[in-house]
Amino acid sequence: MLSSFIGTGPGFWLPRQGSTTAAGVDYLFNAVTAISIFFFVLITVVLLYFVWKYRARPGHEAKASAVHNQKLEITWTVIPLMIVVWIFWEGFTGFLNLQMPPENAYEVQVLGQKWKWLFTYPNGVVDDNLHVPPDEPIRLVMTSQDVIHSLYVPDFRIKRDAVPGRYEREWFQAEEPGEYQIFCAEYCGTSHSAMLSKVIVHRSRAEFEKWLADAGNFLDKLPPEKLWEGGQKLYNQRGCKQCHSVDGVAGIGPTFKGIWGHKQALKDGSQATVDENYVRESILNPQAKIVAGFEPVMPTYQGRLKDKEITAIIAYLKTLE
Amino acid sequence: MTPKDHYLNHTSGFASWAFTLDHKRIGVMYLVATLGSFLLGGLAALAVRTELISRGPTIMDADTYNKMFTLHGAVMVFLFIIPSIPAALGNFVLPLMLGAKDVAFPRLNLMSFWLWVIGALFCIGAVISGGVDTGWTFYTPYSTTTNTNVIATTLGVFILGFSSIFTGLNFIVTIHKLRPLGMTWFKMPLFLWSLYGTALIQVLATPVLGITLLLLIAERALGIGIFDPALGGDPVLFQHFFWFYSHPAVYIMILPAMGIISEVISIHSRKHIFGYRFIALSSIAIAAFGFLVWGHHMFVSGQSGMANAIFSALTFSVAIPSAIKVFNWLATLYKGNIHLTTAMIYALMFIITFGIGGLTGLHLGALAVDVHLHDTYFVVAHFHYVMFGGTVIALLAGLHHWWPKMFGVMIDERLGRIAAFFIFVGFNTTFFTQFVMGSHGMPRRYYDYLPQFTVYHRISTIGSYVMAAGFFLIAYYLLRSLFRGQAAPMNPYGGNSLEWHTASPPPFDNFTTTPKAEDPYDYDRLVPDEVNGGYRSLTYEGVGTR
Repeated sequence: MLSSFIGTGPGFWLPRQGSTTAAGVDYLFNAVTAISIFFFVLITVVLLYFVWKYRARPGHEAKASAVHNQKLEITWTVIPLMIVVWIFWEGFTGFLNLQMPPENAYEVQVLGQKWKWLFTYPNGVVDDNLHVPPDEPIRLVMTSQDVIHSLYVPDFRIKRDAVPGRYEREWFQAEEPGEYQIFCAEYCGTSHSAMLSKVIVHRSRAEFEKWLADAGNFLDKLPPEKLWEGGQKLYNQRGCKQCHSVDGVAGIGPTFKGIWGHKQALKDGSQATVDENYVRESILNPQAKIVAGFEPVMPTYQGRLKDKEITAIIAYLKTLE
Repeated sequence: MTPKDHYLNHTSGFASWAFTLDHKRIGVMYLVATLGSFLLGGLAALAVRTELISRGPTIMDADTYNKMFTLHGAVMVFLFIIPSIPAALGNFVLPLMLGAKDVAFPRLNLMSFWLWVIGALFCIGAVISGGVDTGWTFYTPYSTTTNTNVIATTLGVFILGFSSIFTGLNFIVTIHKLRPLGMTWFKMPLFLWSLYGTALIQVLATPVLGITLLLLIAERALGIGIFDPALGGDPVLFQHFFWFYSHPAVYIMILPAMGIISEVISIHSRKHIFGYRFIALSSIAIAAFGFLVWGHHMFVSGQSGMANAIFSALTFSVAIPSAIKVFNWLATLYKGNIHLTTAMIYALMFIITFGIGGLTGLHLGALAVDVHLHDTYFVVAHFHYVMFGGTVIALLAGLHHWWPKMFGVMIDERLGRIAAFFIFVGFNTTFFTQFVMGSHGMPRRYYDYLPQFTVYHRISTIGSYVMAAGFFLIAYYLLRSLFRGQAAPMNPYGGNSLEWHTASPPPFDNFTTTPKAEDPYDYDRLVPDEVNGGYRSLTYEGVGTR
């Protein structure tokens, strides 16, 4: 009980250790906790002893004693100073370990947004959870689409803000396969506490590769009548949602609600009917036809969406009546 | 015993208070105003804790919760804790400790109070007309994009800043110019040293907050693009500006608290303060170092590794003067004659709770450990141990210590001790639990939480109710003492700083003759006053009215 209280292992303090760097952090946490408990007990015992010994009572009076003592002052200045210098040094070197990813780290792009995390893998797959192979350094390159978020994995002892307009980096190496909680640690509004994801550490590199390949080809596994669900997923994950609503309210771009088969009035005064070829052209060459009332700000998806994926998005648009 | 004519009955009527230039009345008005704010902020805290008693929606929705913790934080920081000790107790005590008739600029003092009122009206108006949900820190770009009342709130805080600057300016000039004969710098009561250190920070740091909030308002209203990345700005710049004030502001809150503890510990143990110079200079050291540590709020914000290392090292430097104070207070108790009055109980409690607050600062100052603990309940617990376990407990010590001087009545010591017990138990139950859940990874400002945190949240909420019960008991016996309290003698506890050598409550102009100051911590020439109760001084006979 006492050993768990002063923190010699997971238990009273700190969650399980899921990363290679967690043990180092915990060592310092436990050391500082032990130092704190030592000084706390020292101060409290001296205080209570004096309060009892010199308590006011009939016949008891304060007795004169020195009102200053240079040696004592220097002693209780220098000893704490040496202790904090040591804590600083350990904290600093430990921090360098947390800062510096090994060279060969596997890189995943992270986008924070209200109120979810999106993880993009080198093959273009986007997922809400962070899938990683075990025993390999993983480097996260993070940014945010709106306000500041902070990617926090307590079991890995890592945390880093995702700041709009810049890239932040964070790395870890998971030790045990399993699921680990991801929190958003920087307040970001209404659903801040619901911005939850998981790190999923696969059992082997091969299992991770298989997951990644399957995730890249997830449309192939859908029956044709379910293709629109794949389109919906792409809509949510690939950035369509941020400008095109599905509830009829115009955003930065026109809403998708009821758009299928609709005749759009274009900026140059002509008209175009929303059909398969129009949608395909608008995705791959968005500046070709600009709907009246909107700015030509959409980036091209040439090379970022496969034909099959465009087909799935078209299937989804057809469902939005 | 109570003098016929004193500052409370010298004149009467609303205008005699609203336009008073008397530092004592302004102090009392500040006391009422800040304690009223404490009530408001405390009720918001209870609402927050009640929402968190179980998972999922309990008594409010997520947006209301976000407004509630913002209300709690902003009211407690800007309306209550920053002005409470300096502007309420400081205003009352500082001129009396100097043997002066008033502060150097009485009109500026009154203006400071009314600016506080105007600032408070802005903030409370913003709350009534829909609230604000940014947290008290107003981080961009959240604060520039939310559709809640950011502008009204920040304008209110801007005005409150001026109120704080005026108080600080007044105290600096008063301490420089109005010290009595015999009171050299190193013969000042330590409360004055701490108020001096506080005033330096108020004057030097608060303008930065003002500028920052004006920039934030300009950003919101005009879109000038200083903080907005879409316009080429930098949101982390806001954090630097904000904490450049708000970290020193932590020392605005804690320094005067430490000053109170020095007074109370020495007087109630009838013992000369130990290590006077070290305590005095450590106040100035804390004020100075306090300016150089703001970056430790941004260890995970994307500040450079080099900046992190420097700020971490400087952060530890603040630990040293704080530790020096604690050791000197302990040494003061040695061979004393310790009276466990309610004031003294709070002062001793301060050493314990502030001690925990300070020691857990070591965890957060250590870079590698902070990465894990940053923005979790561990931080929430840490700063409540400092702000509540430190400042609020010291405020309670000071309030009980000077209450007889302020209002001429003694408090009910028995109820005082019972309430102190409630506060101690309730406070530690509420916040120690938060250290544990924070170390397990519970992030702060969360409306909802995962099942494994339920037990901690529940214990914490129960603790907050115990604490609230303690406060209602304190409010009860303090108010009751005003009407039924036993009349207080001039010097009930045997203090030797000058405020104890004039009547309780003091006359309108404080002293009959300007006293020549002696060592404020020398109790040898005080003898029990057989006629009036309390103590009388063989040195200061006749400087104050009786």
